[in-house]
Amino acid sequence: MEMKAVVSSTGLMLLFAWLSPSQALYFHIGETEKKCFIEEIPDETMVIGRYRTQLWDKQAGSFLPSTPGLGMHVEIKDPDAKIILSRQYGSDGRFTFTSHTPGEHQICLHSNSTKMALFAGGKLRVHLDIQVGEHTNNYPEIAAKDKLTELQLRARQLLDQVEQIQKEQNYQRYREERFRMTSESTNQRVLWWSIAQTFILIITGIWQMRHLKSFFEAKKLV
Amino acid sequence: MRYPFLLILAVYTASANATELTFELPDNEKQCFYEDLEQGAKFDIDFQVIAGGNYDVDCFVTDPLNNMLYQERKKQYDSFSHTTTMKGVYKVCFSNEFSTFSHKTVYLDFRTGEDDRLMPDMNGVTALTQMESACLSIHEILKVVSDSQTWYRLREAQDRIRAEDLSERVHFWSIGETIILFVVCIGQVLMLKSFFSEKKANVATST
Repeated sequence: MEMKAVVSSTGLMLLFAWLSPSQALYFHIGETEKKCFIEEIPDETMVIGRYRTQLWDKQAGSFLPSTPGLGMHVEIKDPDAKIILSRQYGSDGRFTFTSHTPGEHQICLHSNSTKMALFAGGKLRVHLDIQVGEHTNNYPEIAAKDKLTELQLRARQLLDQVEQIQKEQNYQRYREERFRMTSESTNQRVLWWSIAQTFILIITGIWQMRHLKSFFEAKKLV
Repeated sequence: MRYPFLLILAVYTASANATELTFELPDNEKQCFYEDLEQGAKFDIDFQVIAGGNYDVDCFVTDPLNNMLYQERKKQYDSFSHTTTMKGVYKVCFSNEFSTFSHKTVYLDFRTGEDDRLMPDMNGVTALTQMESACLSIHEILKVVSDSQTWYRLREAQDRIRAEDLSERVHFWSIGETIILFVVCIGQVLMLKSFFSEKKANVATST
């Protein structure tokens, strides 16, 4: 009886965890407006995004709880501007991706449904929740699956956290290298262009003098 | 049977929620984010401008009755904490309306709630063993480490974007200046030559 209660309440917990975010931050988006978010992440990091959309009801003067038939197009680009996910989801959606190159990934959402223009006057409310790295792990689920005690679960969480910190450290090393290369290239450019411009200045000065001198001599003014 | 269910519900609604978003704010535009909060809930807002123009943005936070809880103009980064006094929708807005051509990239971290339960405890008020409390303190410290890493990542991103802008600018200005140098040099010579040719023609016609 006790076991049943635990299992059923864990099940309910998982259900709540899986449902679209009701407590997440939300924002308003226009009809075909595209909203993009940037996630700078190390490689082999999982990102889970969940969203929920609500349509503005002109007659009621408020947002409808949920509208079937609304769709959001989700497009995710990796740091090399290559598209790694481009899919249409329903009015509530959940998208997942794992990064294979470290850097700035761009998550873009836009609604391409034409219903809005007819009914809504163009306003859509989007609840969005993006979790990165060890925050994507659903610990109650892991505990239920592997039958872990609380201490074991806490140890698992610490391991995940430390792993994510290590990945971020590696990514920092990679970023520092890029930054150093950019600074060195700026230094090189400043050096060579300064030398080149001074050289060009002297050469053109000499050319001007000689050309004008021969010109005036030809004109018999000198 | 009902009690565990209610406890789950209570734990879930009291649990911590954090949203980190990095978005681009085009010039002359405002972007607002809303969150529905209970009374007595504590929330923290951290924002930082990573790229664009003078690296500053206007930010304001309002409560459900539209009172200003926080208002700052042209800030590069800041933190704001508040415990809500009423239930409702709280709004945090960023405005780039003072800028005419530079769009800004802003990082926002919105944290609500305090409880960080790992899994639903049936009896969350029992004392922790030494092992459990040690693990909990490690967890808290690692959270601080992770936040510190995020801070460094954002500062580095800002510096890197500035350095890349500088590199581009040096490159294009140098090319531009060299072209201008050539044009001015040849232009000067041609103009001088044209003065003397005209004079010669004028002299020829006047005599």
